[in-house]
Amino acid sequence: MKRFLPLGIVVFLVAVFLGMMLSDRNPNEIDSVLIGRPAPAFSIDSLSADTPPLTEADLKTGEPVLVNFFASWCVPCRAEHDSLMELAGRYRVPLIGIAYKNDPAKAVGFLNELGNPFSKTGLDLDGRVGIDWGVSGVPETFLIDGSGVIRYRHWGPIVGDSLEARLLPELEALR
Amino acid sequence: MRQVLGTIMLLFGLSVAALGVAVDEKPLPDPAQEAQARALMKEIRCLVCQNQSIEDSNADLARDLRAIVRERIALGDSPENVRSYLVDRYGDWVLLKPPIKTSTYFLWASPFLAVLVIVFLLLGRKKAVAAPAPLSEDEEAQIKALLERQE
Repeated sequence: MKRFLPLGIVVFLVAVFLGMMLSDRNPNEIDSVLIGRPAPAFSIDSLSADTPPLTEADLKTGEPVLVNFFASWCVPCRAEHDSLMELAGRYRVPLIGIAYKNDPAKAVGFLNELGNPFSKTGLDLDGRVGIDWGVSGVPETFLIDGSGVIRYRHWGPIVGDSLEARLLPELEALR
Repeated sequence: MRQVLGTIMLLFGLSVAALGVAVDEKPLPDPAQEAQARALMKEIRCLVCQNQSIEDSNADLARDLRAIVRERIALGDSPENVRSYLVDRYGDWVLLKPPIKTSTYFLWASPFLAVLVIVFLLLGRKKAVAAPAPLSEDEEAQIKALLERQE
């Protein structure tokens, strides 16, 4: 019995490592501490000059809202843009955009080029709103319920099957 | 040859100097507060490079977090308050040294548990060496036969 112990340990370790490799766990992705908490308060200028400032009050609409941190200089944001367009179009989800450390003119150019999925877009010029939301890099997308509480955070771009497999189920659960 | 070597070493020396962070950042006017801020920065994880502190990271976010640390210390905030300000947004993960609480008891206890396991294994091994299994009757007879044959 005892001589099978080393073999047992090796098999166990192989199983553990294989399990870690095959799961779609991303070691860069840390659960947000904001889940279950009301969205942090903020007030920032809107991207279009004739719209009043974007504040956390814009998120309390009685229905689920998505808040997407993006930037024109961010390549993964370009990659996930189709998903955002689909969310706004096909799934009729209100989307709020926050341009993270982005030159307003460039953010406008980005949305003109790829289409604008956002019902309202705010400018986080110095990145302080991003820090209040615990954002470690763009893109990040937050799902807010009707009462303004953060329910889910999608870290990184919404590409591949992450729209169908991760974001939509969370959204449906709130609807 | 020697000159070339000297040049290379000089270049290395210069590049190390260039790696020094915060060349473009203004330290706080009060040296005591700056020292406090610096000490705190060493404990805060850079969320982009993850295994670096914000004190020695060049990432944009690290720069922003350094600015926040300096700002709050300058306002007279205690290091504990600044720490909890960051934990509030980024979770315990932002601290390079995990706090001791229920969810981390096992983490903190694990080195001691490992030592305990090793001690138990070593004790078990010693016993096995010290007390070999007694000989069976067959074996006694075999030894007797061998000894007799030698004589």
